[in-house]
Amino acid sequence: MSVLSSLAQLEAVATGRAQPLATVRHCHVAAEPLVMVPLKLAGEAAAPLAVMLGTERAEPTLLVVPQPRNRDLRFAFAADLAKLVLEYVESSRGATEELPPGKDGEERVRYGGAPQLLVPNRAGVGFLRMLGRSTRFRRTDGPYAVDPAVPRLGRWLTWFADRHDKPGACLLMTMTETLRLHWATGQSSLEDGNLAALLGWIDPPDGLDGPAAAARAEDPVTCPPAGPATDPTFDNEVLAPAIAAYDQSGDDRAEERVRSVLDGQLRPTWELMWDAIGLLRALPEGASVAARWERDRDSFTWYHSTFDESHPQARRDPAVRAARRLHDLERAQDAYDAQRAFDDPLVMAEHRLAGQAFGGVVTESEPTRLDESGRRPKLRPHLRVATEDPLQLDVGTTVCDAARPALKGKIIEIDAAGGVLLELTGGMGRKLVPEPGVVPEPGRRVCFTSLGTGSWGAAKFPEREDTPWTHGGPPEEYVPTDEDAAEEWS
Amino acid sequence: MTHDSALERLRGGAEPRNHDARTIAALTANPGCARRGIMDAAGVDKDAVARRLGFPAPFGQSQFAITRGNAFEAQVKADGCAELLTLLRDRLGLDVPEVAYDDLEVVAGNESRELRHARTRRLLERALSSGEGTLFDHPLLRLDIAGQPAYLEPDVIAFQLGGRFHIIEIKSFAVIDGQAEPEQVAAAARQSAVYVLALRRLLEELGAPAERVSHEVFLVCPENFSNRPTATPLDVRPQLAVLGRQLARLTRVEQIVGGLPDDLTFELEAEELPDAVRTVEARYAPECMASCEMAFFCRDEARACGGTGVLGKAVRDDLGGVDSIGTALALADGSLDPSPDLAETAERLRTAARLRREALTA
Ligand code: SF4
Repeated sequence: MSVLSSLAQLEAVATGRAQPLATVRHCHVAAEPLVMVPLKLAGEAAAPLAVMLGTERAEPTLLVVPQPRNRDLRFAFAADLAKLVLEYVESSRGATEELPPGKDGEERVRYGGAPQLLVPNRAGVGFLRMLGRSTRFRRTDGPYAVDPAVPRLGRWLTWFADRHDKPGACLLMTMTETLRLHWATGQSSLEDGNLAALLGWIDPPDGLDGPAAAARAEDPVTCPPAGPATDPTFDNEVLAPAIAAYDQSGDDRAEERVRSVLDGQLRPTWELMWDAIGLLRALPEGASVAARWERDRDSFTWYHSTFDESHPQARRDPAVRAARRLHDLERAQDAYDAQRAFDDPLVMAEHRLAGQAFGGVVTESEPTRLDESGRRPKLRPHLRVATEDPLQLDVGTTVCDAARPALKGKIIEIDAAGGVLLELTGGMGRKLVPEPGVVPEPGRRVCFTSLGTGSWGAAKFPEREDTPWTHGGPPEEYVPTDEDAAEEWS
Repeated sequence: MTHDSALERLRGGAEPRNHDARTIAALTANPGCARRGIMDAAGVDKDAVARRLGFPAPFGQSQFAITRGNAFEAQVKADGCAELLTLLRDRLGLDVPEVAYDDLEVVAGNESRELRHARTRRLLERALSSGEGTLFDHPLLRLDIAGQPAYLEPDVIAFQLGGRFHIIEIKSFAVIDGQAEPEQVAAAARQSAVYVLALRRLLEELGAPAERVSHEVFLVCPENFSNRPTATPLDVRPQLAVLGRQLARLTRVEQIVGGLPDDLTFELEAEELPDAVRTVEARYAPECMASCEMAFFCRDEARACGGTGVLGKAVRDDLGGVDSIGTALALADGSLDPSPDLAETAERLRTAARLRREALTA
């Protein structure tokens, strides 16, 4: 949060419409995302009740557990879900690209595509994580055998949930978080957690304004919750009797009844998910989105191609892995923040307000200035920028051009009238005269920032085998036990 | 008029509602709210009031969750808490010798709260002096809230071991691979702290040192995806500190009552109920949604006044003390000259407005 986004919220209140927080789209939206709207049984850790899923708006598939406390029905559901998800994962791969070999001569490839799962909210991710945890250790033989697809699903869901933690990754995204990255509403973050209310502010139905649409969205009868938690009144008055009837008769009609009431709960959210996808698609894609998606494809390629040799993810990360992961996430967050700022002047405005960037008009420009103090002359153009921004950078700081980050320079003077004198040091070509058009002319609007010019050294963590004894010593490779396979799921 | 009769009038003659640890823990969530303070002190049925005002609280519970919770609790407590004792002994390695289980809930017919509380007192007093008794289920405790005694109907067990008491709370959320959902653990810790505090008060009244109630409580939850219980010790010292501080800060009820009109009542049938509620000042924040039955009503009121609080604490903080949306916008577009204490905030708002404009028109 910042004054900038808070101000956007105030403007949203004043206008009755959500206000933009971004001028471009900061995430990849797949041509065929797999939309999933899961529901779970209240009071249980991970008892699935239903899921609506599919890659096409017009053709959702509904999977239902007519008696969520029945273990066999639950595993049958998991097997059905597994087939659909695994099929989707396979189909998303596309053609394989050959990449230049790695440093040690090892062959490298990248799949042309990757799966993208979209769920309504964070709790949806939590549910998939739990579903992954409760299925990935299952055995496909022996006394508790399950369908072979079930543990595979568990491992994939665990992987997706894990990828969701990575800032900027687009393999599993939540719709509320994604929309909130792009729009500010006139309600609090708590209310923004309701997908229908959030969309009500962003794109209210005809004849309604944001507040009216959001108010309508808060009525669980018109707008059932986006899951995975269900509306308690629905549970008590509709679902419970339908399940009881199924328990009694066990026939197809009773099952159809459970299906149809759950369909009614899921359908509105399903439609909202696709509305939201449409809104996101309408935004122009940010410049660095494709590069991040490429990292996602790398990550998918790796996991997919090593899937058959590897074990299910451990119940808990060993110490070194956990530390490395935390470090990776922090680095990813910094890189992602910087990339978004370079892609989007509205995000860069945050950094300008914080004094880590400044924008203004070029008042003086000496594009061919040479520094001749050394043995060889160097091209060191000077540039003066008049800015009104609350600059917090010191003389000597290295900055780069927000529009063309290769163009780098150093602040050498900040005058009392709000002028910043820069000496440009790189990104102008190799000759003693800059490439044409590279050094901004007087009158041009520019923005320079200290962001992202530092380099990120990879952290040094002990290898797996060298985990210090203080952290439990070298971890065992996690191999699921019989007990894991037989774990209750009730 | 005495406070008791004033509070009775506020209730409009209805029976006072009992507190439970959830309502007390929630009370401390917004200690500055006079409306809530007075309604809770008087034991007003806020849920009924909110319903009557046309803003019913969103706190329904699914029967699936209730069934599951009850089944789990019954299982843990079955056969004189057999499973619970196994847990305490095997999991936590406690040396629990012989066992006595007293359920303080089931007493002849409809006993008054005072009587039940007295019985709790008696049993605990005996336990203190003789070391007799191990598990005391459903003790009825009392805690002064804003100068008024509130009875607590805890769904917990007081567990005595070597002259020290521990609170045991049974919850039906799962602990998976040693981890539970942080919000649920936090809520359980807040509630347990209320019981620890109330039990400490009781011991003090009995002349025993408060430390004989441990700050370590035991949370009993289902493990992984099963119905098997697992026990986790939980140190609630931080929650106790917050609770103590917040309870002391709670606006004294006498002061609020003193400033209210003599004939104010929250009687449900009264026509002027909405006005009566509005007479007492509220301090709405989005957190109210999770903790107070009046939330929808207060939110509506706060929105109508254009307060920045409805947007949440982060926004409020960003706006550096400007609590009206209209004022903040006028400062941002320069149509309002700031008072000296708002000069800095106004400057930031104007810069933010300019930067947004530049970026959006670029
Ligand atoms: S909902 Fe209203 S009465 Fe309740 S704490 Fe919040 S402001 Fe006070």
